[in-house]
Amino acid sequence: MALEVMARATTPIPLDIAFRVEPGELLALVGHSGSGKSTMLRTIAGLWSPTEARVSVNGETWLDTSSGIDLAPHRRRVGIVFQSYALFPHMSALANVMAAMGHLPSTDRQGRARELLGLVNLEGLEARKPATLSGGQQQRVAVARALAREPSALLLDEPFSAVDRATRDRLYEEIRQLRAHLAMPTVLVTHDLEEARLLADRMVVIEDGRVAGAGSTAEIMSDPVALRAMGLRELGSGLPAVIEAQEDDELTRLRAAAGPVWLPRVEGEPGTAVSLRIMAHDVIIAREKPAGISALNMLPATVTAIDGGDGPGVIVRLDVGGSPILAQLTARSVRVLALAPGTPCFAVVKSMAVARDDVRADPAT
Amino acid sequence: MDWTALWLSLGLAGWTVLILLPVSVLMGRFLAYRQFRAKGLVEALVLLPLVLPPTVFGFYLLVAFGANSPIGQFWRETFGHQLVFTFEGLMVASVIFNLPFAIQPAQRGFEAIPVEVREAAQCSGLSPWQSLARVELPLAWPGVLTAMVLTFAHTLGEFGIVLMVGGSIPGETKTIAIAIYDRVQAFDDRSAGIMSATLLAISLATISITFWLSSRIGRRLS
Repeated sequence: MALEVMARATTPIPLDIAFRVEPGELLALVGHSGSGKSTMLRTIAGLWSPTEARVSVNGETWLDTSSGIDLAPHRRRVGIVFQSYALFPHMSALANVMAAMGHLPSTDRQGRARELLGLVNLEGLEARKPATLSGGQQQRVAVARALAREPSALLLDEPFSAVDRATRDRLYEEIRQLRAHLAMPTVLVTHDLEEARLLADRMVVIEDGRVAGAGSTAEIMSDPVALRAMGLRELGSGLPAVIEAQEDDELTRLRAAAGPVWLPRVEGEPGTAVSLRIMAHDVIIAREKPAGISALNMLPATVTAIDGGDGPGVIVRLDVGGSPILAQLTARSVRVLALAPGTPCFAVVKSMAVARDDVRADPAT
Repeated sequence: MDWTALWLSLGLAGWTVLILLPVSVLMGRFLAYRQFRAKGLVEALVLLPLVLPPTVFGFYLLVAFGANSPIGQFWRETFGHQLVFTFEGLMVASVIFNLPFAIQPAQRGFEAIPVEVREAAQCSGLSPWQSLARVELPLAWPGVLTAMVLTFAHTLGEFGIVLMVGGSIPGETKTIAIAIYDRVQAFDDRSAGIMSATLLAISLATISITFWLSSRIGRRLS
């Protein structure tokens, strides 16, 4: 019942990408502009046909160049949200959604369209034309229209890039809530790693038309090879923790598998599971538990791998109570501390290094 | 006032518009969306009647439709009379020399529709014909209507080609533009004046409608 995609081409850009998305799963295709990620989305929708490609959903083949199958876009049950939303400018919000309901009896369309607009929090705006709606509202109409077709696959092409930061955060939250209603595989194309981390279950990092890395969000966010494709600045990893207590001095005590962690106030009841984003450049490694140091968080860890680059920097992968954490050190430090896979050590993180943005409610709970 | 000539002109313009409406929509849409090697050549051919002197264009049509030409012979065998110097011949000529007026504005209208809006129509499950009827035409209609208005007005005013292909047979091929010329030749300035004023009024109305409609295309898509 999954969405399976494979595409190879030499023009307009070299392309050799394959991936699979399970029902109910949200996969993010992450890459810089021109990497080929939007081309993959267009291939799924039938708006572009590569030299060699296969697209199948729920066992139904939409495109197979080897056997000459190529369904026209309007015959593929696909919902797509374009970067520019591409709403029909002459139709009301309601008519936009109803336009994608050709598969329903005409008497059912209006009721269902109202339901969908309600689902994306647009009650009361049914009669408005797209030009009179804000960017965020237009985006919601586009999402409702994409869902109106009861698609076998939902495709989101940089759907948040045209709205301001505050609206985007609100839309992220809405998409996360909406996902409870979505049983189909969803593909999100984005150049924003942070956006992918917030929304996706799995990521495929695309660089120059190839897969530079694929895996769960946690795996990719701590995979130096995949992240090098996105620029090292983003390097970090997620550490699961549970809120234990709000303390008097505006700090929150959390419990990670490896030990206690103190952070500037994190909102939430004790017992709330969260995921902390620890940036690789914020982690210090010590061979022995340091004393007389200002940093509050010292977690026992084990070195699992050391990935050297061309420069003086090295990425050290640590196992901290079962979770991977990355530390960005100099090659000299690695030499001086004699770090090697298996070396026990302590990962030291300043409390103030974890900003509020770096904490999110763990979707597992 | 030569009412026969006016009615003949209006009839010719009406038929031309009717025949060119589907051509305008389909060719305009085709040229707006498709990229192909010979596109420049096709667009140049469509525009040719605009730059060619009407007498030159009329001469070639006369040769092409004449009794000795394959088209002329086919017409005679099928309908039993010749094509030149008849209303039908005038109509065929009118359809051809109006191609640039019928296609260009429609093409601009379809070109103004963002590609993603058309793609969204396809991805919403609309077949190509449904997309044309429900998304593309509602957005491009000012362009198509402009094309039809221009075609209508231009047919009323065309002189050179009509004279070459149709002659000046009253009730058959004598249009209002030719009637005006005819009246002036006969020193009947009063009739010529009335007919000219009528054409002037129609032309003014046409241009006003065209400008108003073109401004709507921009507003609609902004």
